[in-house]
Amino acid sequence: MTEEDLLRRVAALLAEHDTGDRTAFLRARFDAGLAWVHFPEGLGGLGAPIALQPVVERALAAAGAPDNNPRRIGIGLGMAAPTILRHGTDAQRARFLRPLWTGEEVWCQLFSEPGAGSDLAGLATRARRDGDDWVVTGQKVWTSSAHTARWAILIARTDPDVPKHAGMTYFICDMTAPGVDVRPLRQITGEAEFNEVFLTDVRIPDAHRLGDVGDGWRVAQTTLMNERVAIGGRPMPREGGMAGVVAETWRQNPELRTPELHDRLVRLWVESEALRLAGQRLRESLAAGHPGPEGSAMKLAFARLSQRLSGLEVEFLAADGLRYGDWTMRRPDVVDFTGNDAGYRYLRAKGNSIEGGTSEILRGIIAERILGLPAEARVDKDVPWKDLPR
Amino acid sequence: MSQSLVDTDVETQLRTAVAEVLEDNPTKVDDLDGATVWSALRAMGATTLPVPEELGGQGAGWREVAVVAEELGRAVAPVPFLGSVLATAALLRATDDPHAAEALRGDATLVVPLSAWPGGPLPHITVDGDRLTGTVRSVADVRGTLVVPADGALWLTEQADITPVTSLDRTRPVADVEFSGAKAVRVAADGAVEHALRVGAAILAAEQVGIAEWCLDTTVAYLKQRYQFGRPVGSYQALKHRLADLWQEIVLARAAAKAAADALDTGEDAALLAYAAQSLCAEVAVHAAEECVQLHGGIGMTWEHPAHLYLKRAKADEIALGTPGRLRVLLAPLADLPA
Ligand SMILES: Cc1cc2nc3c(=O)[nH]c(=O)nc-3n(C[C@H](O)[C@H](O)[C@H](O)COP(=O)(O)OP(=O)(O)OC[C@H]3O[C@@H](n4cnc5c(N)ncnc54)[C@H](O)[C@@H]3O)c2cc1C
Repeated sequence: MTEEDLLRRVAALLAEHDTGDRTAFLRARFDAGLAWVHFPEGLGGLGAPIALQPVVERALAAAGAPDNNPRRIGIGLGMAAPTILRHGTDAQRARFLRPLWTGEEVWCQLFSEPGAGSDLAGLATRARRDGDDWVVTGQKVWTSSAHTARWAILIARTDPDVPKHAGMTYFICDMTAPGVDVRPLRQITGEAEFNEVFLTDVRIPDAHRLGDVGDGWRVAQTTLMNERVAIGGRPMPREGGMAGVVAETWRQNPELRTPELHDRLVRLWVESEALRLAGQRLRESLAAGHPGPEGSAMKLAFARLSQRLSGLEVEFLAADGLRYGDWTMRRPDVVDFTGNDAGYRYLRAKGNSIEGGTSEILRGIIAERILGLPAEARVDKDVPWKDLPR
Repeated sequence: MSQSLVDTDVETQLRTAVAEVLEDNPTKVDDLDGATVWSALRAMGATTLPVPEELGGQGAGWREVAVVAEELGRAVAPVPFLGSVLATAALLRATDDPHAAEALRGDATLVVPLSAWPGGPLPHITVDGDRLTGTVRSVADVRGTLVVPADGALWLTEQADITPVTSLDRTRPVADVEFSGAKAVRVAADGAVEHALRVGAAILAAEQVGIAEWCLDTTVAYLKQRYQFGRPVGSYQALKHRLADLWQEIVLARAAAKAAADALDTGEDAALLAYAAQSLCAEVAVHAAEECVQLHGGIGMTWEHPAHLYLKRAKADEIALGTPGRLRVLLAPLADLPA
């Protein structure tokens, strides 16, 4: 597959399909293998190198074609899709990937619980087998997009009598099923971007199990590694993220500049540019769909830079930094790290070092899995889950 | 002669009394009305501490003011204390003037942006005879007599359009104040604004110590009881070291803030210590609040948990009365460290 091949396919797609009907066009794009070119044929891709994706995006953007609003469906694209691709059955891939990609079905991630955040494997939501179904009961929390989602990726405990990593199973949960109760949780920005989700005797057909019974932890690793890449490792142009927003604020307010802030800004700008280049380097060296632990380093740096830059912006704006756009409670359907005003960016960026694995956990992963330092002494590895201290 | 940097008995009593009021009336995320706390503080004289007795105050010093500020910071109390400190400090420079003396007996606001710093530029107010025209943005705690710096003097007026602004720190809301030919009384007060901003910077340092202490205490308590991986999260050395570092920062901040407040009373090195304390404590408070949010994990990102009130206060305080960078620039020549 070459760049020319792809451009020819894009031209054919544009010739045959009206870009005015968004959903129809996105379905056609998926069926033409131009959704995610590194996915297999028949599943929205062409088995092409992931590095060729920007060729498609650029050509379609130039033609004014509608996109699938990736920010609205980030969890589906970044986490559910690679997990379904890797661990799903043919039937599951055929059923779920297309509407996931076109945005007709939004996904959310039912992983964290009040008692299980960093220690996700400690989760307590129970799934019991009942005929061809599983019956799930428990509480999930911090669930972004649960209020817009049609489907969820879910991990639940299927065997409390074995050590915690061994007793979990991974499911696809229908968010419209009886027993799923989504309640908004307000955030420090004023919005309710995430939710609490109460699951009471929710029936999930065994056909919606992803991977083997008891193999949920291994399946979840695919999701988590992709989540970190999704949060920290997106391709972007120079000044594409927070650095660009803050640089623009700097350029527009010459009267507020000081040498001290200038030095800090330029340092952060350099680091942001280096992070962008490191992301490019990482993506080039990754086999499609199989991110390594380096994704953790990207997310760690991304969170730190977003926080420093947005903090600097508020400080720089001084009298205007004391103001805030809007505290009214909203339930947004897109998450925008760099949107709204400086105060919002500052507050929202605080979540970047918590969501998708905290920066402390990522440092532990880097130290142990990448640097090979001896692991922390563990009290929770060989004990049955039900006997763990909590 | 400088006093001890430890609380005096009187200060300890004052601290306890203020803390009791705040314990009875904790700050609530969805009800930021500080009226009850404010009237209790007023009743105990805590709002007029530095005003001489003959002018209706307590005749105490700035050290006592700093004690109150620290406790209010610890509770992130939504009361106009800082605003009253700025107005009082300015008016106390002009007590020979009967209008200024009168204003000290009531509520007053020094009409400067909360982000103003000692010796820094102020928004331009035009004076035409005894009429003021102009706008000042982001003024904190606006109430009572408006004390407006213009033309090298202070002008007292009650006539202004006051537009409340949605504030980053909802516990200390800011407003825009607009004068359109407001009739005002001139009060000569040389250097009063610069003095008031410097006093404010020193007192704000004490508030920041209170913020930082609450954030550390709350985080330590949480990490002792939060279990992940079958053990208390606070048992991880990576976190212990971070909290130990924060504690160490607060030890320095506390001493610097106390010395700055003391120097306001003695006059010795008052400017140097105010700038040192404010530039240091501002950063310690932000650091403590950011650690508090981070180490609470998802809960720290919720509206329900009070951590964000402290984060927003600490961040606004970092801008208030001069950012740390601006204050270090003011400090440097006083420490004979020319640029
Ligand atoms: C904005 C936002 C969106 C989110 N969206 C989702 C979502 O859609 N779906 C979902 O399932 N979850 C979501 N989460 C949850 C997120 O994954 C968890 O909050 C996170 O994993 C941390 O778990 P916790 O909140 O329980 O904190 P805890 O695990 O209790 O951690 C508390 C503190 O202790 C530290 N800590 C814990 N263990 C260790 C250790 N071993 N060593 C050193 N430090 C440690 C942590 O880093 C943290 O600072 C979201 C969170 C946020 C903030």
